[in-house]
Parts: sequence; C-alpha cells; structure tokens
Amino acid sequence: MPESATRALDTFPRLLFYHAQVRGAKAAMREKDLGIWQSWTWADVADHVSAMACGLAEMGFKRGDNLAIIGDNRPRLYMMMTAVQCLGGVPVPLYQDAVGAEMLFVLQDAGVRFALAEDQEQVDKLLEIQDQVPTLEHIVYDDPRGMRHYTQPFIHDIEELMAMGKIHNRNHPDFLLAEVAKGAADDVSVMLYTSGTTGKPKGVCQTHNAFIASARGGAEFDRLTDAEDILSYLPMAWVGDHLFSFGQALVTGFTINCPESGDTVMTDLREIGPTYYFAPPRVFENLLTQVMIRMEDASAIKQKMFHYFMKVARRSGADILDGKPVGFGERLLYALGGLCVYGPLKNVLGMSRIRIAYTAGAAIGPDLFRFYRSIGINLKQLYGQTETCAYVCLQPDGQIKLDSVGMAAPGVELKIADNGEILVKGPMLLKGYYKRPDATAESINADGYFMTGDAGFFDDDGHLKIIDRAKDVGKLSNGAMFAPNYIENKLKFFQHIKEAVCFGHDRDMVCAFINIDVGAVGNWAERRGIAYSGYADLAGKTEVLGLIQECVEQINEQLVAEGMLADSQIHRFLVLHKELDPDDDELTRTRKVRRSFISEKYATLIDALYGGKPSQFIETEVKFEDGRRGKVSADLQIRDAKTLSVVKKAA
Amino acid sequence: MNGRQIGDVILDLQNISLRFGGVKALTNISFDVREHEIRAIIGPNGAGKSSMLNVINGVYHPQEGRIAFHGEERRRMEPHMAAMQGISRTFQNIALFKGMTVLDNIMTGRITKMKANFIEQAFYFGRARREELEHRKKVEEVIDFLEIQHIRKTPVGRLPYGLQKRVELGRALAAEPTMLLLDEPMAGMNVEEKQDMCRFILDVNDQFGTTIVLIEHDMGVIMDISDRVVVLDYGKKIGDGTPDEVRNNEEVIRAYLGVGH
Repeated sequence: MPESATRALDTFPRLLFYHAQVRGAKAAMREKDLGIWQSWTWADVADHVSAMACGLAEMGFKRGDNLAIIGDNRPRLYMMMTAVQCLGGVPVPLYQDAVGAEMLFVLQDAGVRFALAEDQEQVDKLLEIQDQVPTLEHIVYDDPRGMRHYTQPFIHDIEELMAMGKIHNRNHPDFLLAEVAKGAADDVSVMLYTSGTTGKPKGVCQTHNAFIASARGGAEFDRLTDAEDILSYLPMAWVGDHLFSFGQALVTGFTINCPESGDTVMTDLREIGPTYYFAPPRVFENLLTQVMIRMEDASAIKQKMFHYFMKVARRSGADILDGKPVGFGERLLYALGGLCVYGPLKNVLGMSRIRIAYTAGAAIGPDLFRFYRSIGINLKQLYGQTETCAYVCLQPDGQIKLDSVGMAAPGVELKIADNGEILVKGPMLLKGYYKRPDATAESINADGYFMTGDAGFFDDDGHLKIIDRAKDVGKLSNGAMFAPNYIENKLKFFQHIKEAVCFGHDRDMVCAFINIDVGAVGNWAERRGIAYSGYADLAGKTEVLGLIQECVEQINEQLVAEGMLADSQIHRFLVLHKELDPDDDELTRTRKVRRSFISEKYATLIDALYGGKPSQFIETEVKFEDGRRGKVSADLQIRDAKTLSVVKKAA
Repeated sequence: MNGRQIGDVILDLQNISLRFGGVKALTNISFDVREHEIRAIIGPNGAGKSSMLNVINGVYHPQEGRIAFHGEERRRMEPHMAAMQGISRTFQNIALFKGMTVLDNIMTGRITKMKANFIEQAFYFGRARREELEHRKKVEEVIDFLEIQHIRKTPVGRLPYGLQKRVELGRALAAEPTMLLLDEPMAGMNVEEKQDMCRFILDVNDQFGTTIVLIEHDMGVIMDISDRVVVLDYGKKIGDGTPDEVRNNEEVIRAYLGVGH
C-alpha cells in the first residue's frame, strides 16, 4: 500500500484526494471574510474541487483546454486550479493588476476557452477585450458583488457552476475518479507566463512531475510539515506563489491563508503569524522602512534602546542563529534584547512564529538581509526562475552567506558555461514554451541544460554567486566592466531610494535615474519642515536632491573600494518626476526595470545627462489605474556627484 | 438605467418656508421624493440646500408648510425620530468621533437598533452580548461593502479626508436606512475619490434600494447619477425635473450654470 500510494501521488489532484483522506479535518485554507477567518478543511476543499471540476465538465470543458485565472489570492481560485487539473486541463493564472490590453496577449496566445475572474473588475476587463479573444466561451466569477445586472448567458456565478457540478457528480459518481485516473505525471499542470522583461511573454509549461519534485525537494530540504502556516498574498501568476502556496501546500498538506484584501496584508500577517514565509526583497525593504520611520518618531529613550540592542544584534544575532559559538555575556545581552526589542518587533512585523523565510526575485541588500537575520528571523535566499519551478539554489540552514544564493537544491545539477552563464538540469525544468518550440530549443542546449541567462560563479564552498543578467553586463567605452543591476541594487539599498536605472554601456561614464521612496523621503522632509504637494514636487526639492546626492556619493566610495568596478562610479544623476510604474510599461509586473524601454522613453533626459546640461524639461504621458491617460511635466535638475579618482594599478 | 424600480412618493414637501428671524432661508418650496430614486438638490452657495436637508431630517422646523413621510403627515419632529423612521444622513463637514476607530464609529450607526438596557450593556451580558455580535456582523458587511477593511482599527482622525467621508457614509449605512441624506458627499475630493464615492452611492441605491437625497456642487456628478434634480436659488425653487430638463431650463441656466454673453 505505501509504495503504491506514493507512486499514485504523482499529480496534484491525487495529492488533494490523498490529503482529504488522511487529514480531512485539518484546515487546508483560510480566508478572512467580514473580519473573521473562515477555514476550509482538506475534505471541504476536495468537495469544492469535485463540484467545480464536474461543473466545468458539464459546461463542456475538455482535456487539454486552458482556463485563465485572474484575481487576488482567494481560496476558490486556488481550488479551481486543482479542479482544472482533475479534468486534464491547464490553469493559466494571470497577473490581477494587468490592464485588459496586457491580458489580451496571454489570452490569445493560450487560446483560453474558460476564464475564472475574481470579481466585477476582472470581468469588466475580460468583457472589454472579449471580441478579440474568439476562443473565450465562458466567464465564471467568484465574488457576486455588483454582478446582478450582467445578463450575458456566458457569465456564470461560481456557485452556479458548483451546483451544476454537484448534480453532475450525483448522476455520474465515477466520472471524476476516472478523469483523475487518466492524468499522468508528465502532463502539463500549469502554464505560467514569464513577465516579459524582454519581448512578448512566453507561456512556460510545467508538468505535475516538475512542480511536485521541486516542492518535495524544498520541503525535505527545510523539513516542512503539515503544521506550517503560510500567507498567500503574492500574485498567483508568479511562479513563487504557485510553488509555495499551491505546490508545497499540496505536497506537505500545510495551511494556506488568504488575506482579506491587498491593503490588509500587514494586519493579516500579524494575525496569522505564518511559520513559513516568502517575500521578494521589496516587501522586506518596505517593512524595514516602515519600522525605521516609526522609530524616528519614537521617544528618545525608546530610540536609544532600539539602537543599542540593534547594535548587539548586528554583532552576534546572526551567529547565534547559525549556531556559531558566541560568548555567554553576549548571549545574555542578546536574550535581554529579545525581550525588549527583537520580540516585540517581530510581533509587530507578524514574524514571531517564522521558522523559515525566503526571499528571491531580486538581489537583497546586505544590510537588509543582516537586519532580519540578526533579530532572529531565519531569512534565506534562493535563486531560480519560472522555467525551473522557482528554485535551483537554496541556502542551507547555518551556512548563510550574504552575497551568495546558496547551493544546488536537491536533484538539481548546476554548471557554469564558459561565458559565465549559469546552466541548470533536473526534473523541475520546463516541458517547453507554449507553442514556441523555437524558444524552447533556444533555451535548452544540446546536453539538456537550461540556459538561465544569468552570469555567476561558484565560490570556494560551492555556493553560487550571481553577478547580473549575462546580457546586461556591458562595457564602458574604456573597456571596464559595467554591471548596471549591481549598481542599481546598491542604490536601492538606501531607504530613500525606491528605484534606480543606470546607464553606461558604450559610454565614457555612468549616469543614473533615481526614484525616491515617497514614504521615507516624505517623512524625512516633514521632520525638516519642508512642505511638498506630491511626488513630483518632493522629487524636485533641492534638499531632496542633496539627500540623494549623499547616497550616490557613498556608492561611489564603495565602488572605488571594490576595485574592479571603480570606473562605474556615478558621475551625474537626476531624480525622476514620476514613479516608474508597470502601468506605463516602465517596470515589469514583478517590478523589474525595463531598461531599453526606459532609455527610449526618456532619451531626452539621457542626452541631457551626457550632454552636461544643468537641467532638462520633460513631459511624460502617464496611465492612471482606470486606464485613462494624463500628462505630467517637470523641469528636472541634473546633479554632478563627487567621484573619486581611480588609482590604476601598474600592470 | 438598471433593474431598480422607482416607486411611489415617500416624502412629500408642500409649501415649506423657513425663517431665521428676518432671514428667509426657504420660501414656499414644494417637491417630492420617490421610493428608490436618487434625488439631487442643487443651487449656488446660500441657496438653502443644507437647510432643506435639515428640514427633512427634523433639525429645523419650518414655520409654514406640510411634510408627509410615507403618506403620514409629520408634526413637529426631532432628528432622533427621523433616525428611528429610517432616515440617515452625512454632513458637509465631517462629523465623526476623531479619536475612535473606524469600526467603533460605524458601530455608533447601529445605536437606534440596540435594545439592551444600560445595565446589560455595562456588564456585557444577556441581550447586550447577543446584540453586539449581530451588530458587529452588520458593521462588517458595511466595511466590506465600502472596501475599508484595511482601516478597520485605525482612529478616524488619522485618515485622509476622502476616507473619512467614506466612513461617514458607512455610519449612515449601518443604520440600514430607507432614506439616505448626503450633504455634499463629494466636496473637497479628488477625481478618483469622487469616482469611488459615485460608485458607492449608485451601489447603495442599487443593492439596498435605498432612496437617496443628495446635495452636490459638482454638476457633472449630479447629472450623471441622479434621477431627478431640484434647483434652489435664494431659498426659492427655480427648477425641478430630470437632469436633461433641468439642464435646458432657462431660469436654471441663468441662475446657476451661467449666462452666455
């Protein structure tokens, strides 16, 4: 039995029905609704999934059909994924904040026949582009609010779908089991679209086998159990959420918790107190910024205590966490700090129960990383991409290095190509890009290795270090290496800087665009009595430019100290008059800078930077959240930053 | 516009005149409000719009005229009686308890529905406890409806203006009114906040069938969302009808929309 059971647990639907049997009464999902956390047990989830799957079948859903899922993290949206998989279909989650036109490409490319939309807003977006997606036959919605007047026959309430499914299930009790039995481990289980940093998004087809292998590998690596609690708040279309909230939950049987709304995540985090947590560096950064802002407003005694114990934590906190030897007095002091500062702080952050926290998606600042580890949060980094089911590298407990992403995850083979590119092989590789055999062939080499496009190297302990995107690493006109991401990340580690874009490839010097963090800088300005009316006004203040200049000059000092990158010092910079925004195509939905787009859009500014002008007028079109357009304009000052002379070593 | 049915007249005002000493605030005004409709009162500053609302709501007592609510003629009436009859309102200048949380503020809207006595409430037993849970559920529904979950526990004084307005609407809704009086619900808001507020007003009207009487300055908003409009000028009624009728009314154009020279 055990052998056949494990052998049978090779698709997500089978895993679900297994959990419904062995831990049927345990909470599988929670969601806060009307101020109260509502739970669904594994048995409930299995019932709901069965009803949804049968309902879909009744509506004509066939093996191999694609179903788009658009919305925030809601239990029924997750359930729908499994329901689709039961029938041998493929769920295609989409980014919920994308505007209609952005979703259009994916819907057309995937040829979806069915879509599950969370609410009226998402249904409206679908209706807006419906005539351009001829394959789309049915739209199902989860939240009935405001949907009363939608009389189109192809729009269905999910309750209606499930009611239909229940009747179908009663009439054909063997249907669903037979469908689940038809599923094979190497069927495509999900299609996740890449964010499209370069060109059109591509649909990455992943099999049950890939995600289950990946989820299981990670779960064993970190000894995850069914007792974990995780807060599912990151976009469902993102591979990280699919792995942590869907894959690992189904593999280990732990509980996923859906926040009440996007704005309540902080409160919900505190109420749930997850034991296992995943967030991109941006979230950790925002949390820290908020803490720091609040500390600056605290009383003098509290500030003193905070800074004193944070110094203790910086000295020995990380070592204590890693189990390294630390003196008794220091341990005592750290324990006292835990009582006075770290404990309450972790409680405020909602991180009191965290056993393992991961971050990935972008480089995390060493100070930021050290901060969380020093107060006793086991924050680790991982590295991977959509094509490899989220991770290929993980940091093992106790062997955390700030600047590496850890060692190869279980079952993963890693290799560095001659040009420095990282190559990956293992069960979690993509089956292929949807309808793009050319792209698939391009990304997997003859030996079956996936080419990540990232440049990196192994250090002496076998930990992988990432430098930059292989194709982003450029050269200054004097031949020195120029790694824009690397410098931008350094800039972003300042709490006052939210986003930065550096230019320098084939040029004689490095210049930068800066986006200030309006929260942190706003607070800074308030305390100095500087009045401002909004982002653009604040960004143009001379005092703010001075503040940013200090940051830039500190970076220049660091770069000089690093020798190899001394030529990449930032000579000139400006603070942009608007925030870079995915709605304006300047960032991807995962908030990565779209370098080439920005350099085209702001070509006048770049010319001004390199042309030595003291200021430049610019007018930019912006898109508001509701899709309307407007214009913002500003006369931007350009500052020269102090650079240090490079002492060339004699060859 | 949608599926809701506009019903019979529920509020009928006949020849209302209101004076403060020698100042005539309202002179001989008559109009009616039908069930489930959105009725707007517009007019320049000092036209008597807020006074009109205060008359409906029982704050002011007109010297002349008759008011019939649900067909029953009203004698002298006080604001709390209006509240008991299902009339809720919001104010031009926000009138919330600044130090209390959003949740508590909206909870105060349930006051007319609380039946437990003082002793029960003080010791939180019996009816008080049962009621509290029930009221909290209603309040949570309002919070969900207005999408303000994230500020549930935030003191109102710390909120931006637009959200405070929304909380005030929430408090009025918590009383489950049959008629809602809104005094310049969109004053001082930016475009986005106005759009949100419009959507909420339309949703309230549509989902709960609440009759809405509102005062507003923003002509664009009025013309878009109301079913019928009353126009006041210097305490006199100069126009009454659908937005289109009002827009084409000569006198209204002269007094309010401006004259083309």
